[in-house]
Amino acid sequence: MINFEYARANNVADALRLIAADPAAKFIAGGTNLIDLMKEDVERPTRLVDISRLPLKGIEETADGGLRIGALVPNSDLAYHPLIEARYPLLSSAILAGASQQLRNMASTGGNLLQRTRCFYFYDPATPCNKREPGSGCSAIAGINRICGILGTSEECIATHPSDMCVALAALEAKVHVAGPAGERVIAFSDFHRLPGNTPQLDTNLHPNEIVTAITLPAQGFARNYSYLKIRDRLSYAFALVSVAAALELEGDTIKQARLALGGVAHKPWRDMAAEAALRGQAANHATFRHAADLLLRDARGYAHNAFKIDLARRAIMRTLAQAAKATPQSQSAKKIR
Amino acid sequence: MLDITKAAQRTGATIPAPARIPVTLTVNGVAARLSVAPWTTLLDALRDHLDLTGTKKGCDHGQCGACTVLVDGRRINSCLTLAVMKDGAAVTTVEGLATDGVLHPLQQAFIDHDAFQCGYCTPGQLCSAAGLIAEGKAHSPDEIRELMSGNICRCGAYPNIVAAIQQAMKP
Repeated sequence: MINFEYARANNVADALRLIAADPAAKFIAGGTNLIDLMKEDVERPTRLVDISRLPLKGIEETADGGLRIGALVPNSDLAYHPLIEARYPLLSSAILAGASQQLRNMASTGGNLLQRTRCFYFYDPATPCNKREPGSGCSAIAGINRICGILGTSEECIATHPSDMCVALAALEAKVHVAGPAGERVIAFSDFHRLPGNTPQLDTNLHPNEIVTAITLPAQGFARNYSYLKIRDRLSYAFALVSVAAALELEGDTIKQARLALGGVAHKPWRDMAAEAALRGQAANHATFRHAADLLLRDARGYAHNAFKIDLARRAIMRTLAQAAKATPQSQSAKKIR
Repeated sequence: MLDITKAAQRTGATIPAPARIPVTLTVNGVAARLSVAPWTTLLDALRDHLDLTGTKKGCDHGQCGACTVLVDGRRINSCLTLAVMKDGAAVTTVEGLATDGVLHPLQQAFIDHDAFQCGYCTPGQLCSAAGLIAEGKAHSPDEIRELMSGNICRCGAYPNIVAAIQQAMKP
């Protein structure tokens, strides 16, 4: 870790002033990813602005029947909040599928969105990586790419976004509220994270010196028919090879509304509007789910070590949709997949 | 191989060392005044500044759980926490679990069930289990296993750790 200075912000205006004053400064909240990256010499801020004491820790109901979640609500508090458990159990389930309880106690809601990829090469400053050092090349494309992406990759980067929580937030069509030098704005969740393209160093569309202040959820929480299924190399405390968030609104056996988002496969939580459209109005059965999965994966491309993810994703999508349709969501403690 | 000079430049060797920062913690019920560099983790503050070496440094990257302590009653990885960020907090380490020379029920249960072999992960396991019991979310062996998954035991004492925690959870 390099030498750095430390400053504590007391309110959002204070935080924005401190971050704008130093181009090499970074915000720190939970620290679970940033401190690790600083120890690895991947992140080298010369000043940390501690935002962990900002008054952004509330969970409140909004006028439109949704919820507003402060950016500093710890992941564990969010997962176990009675309103989240009752109305957005998909979000609760996805959060509990990620990390460990110690990390969830530390990690903030806003920080979860901003965590960096766990691609091995991004973490290793001795190797080329376009995300870490633009223009240096991608070591993963011809390297160890078991954990890398199969959708929306580019010739410059095949890294994945590691979050579970964000997969559920994408499916639920959350909104990200940010504040910055130019004032406040609201970003649709699908517009928050980016595909790598030829600027893989940019994970999100957050502007320099902006801060995430809150996440809002719309009223519809799909609390009856949902499931979050995470497939990984060990049963717990590992990043997803493939994860699927499925949320359905059923009328009898017919799908009225469908949401489908994947983790572990792309540079952002992956949604496909054509696949969701193919579910709407159809009977909730194997053939419908198979068709949607095929559509979602139509442009999938595997690399030397991760081509298995395409078939794994197809099966995981079908299984998760079936779990959602039957209202038998995947348990995050009893790991048997039913 | 990294060029040493280049690495030194890249790692900011030219930045002067910032002043030390005063931090007050209540550790195992006792007030402690420290003066630490910004980059001192809570783990290093406990071990190197307060000589509380019960808390172990395993991976130092939040992947093993050996450094687990309770901060304001919640279990966290002390290796991924800066001491300056916890100014004013109450910290409980493994040294603070026993009271008046009597082992904490979890410590006794770990002995009763032989829930360790080398013992290196045990302080983290104990603090994590104390946090788990306080959270009240684990009601079955499956749930104990899942909510203890942040603590790795390379000796593989997991079945006995789960049994010990079940014993300590009994009212």
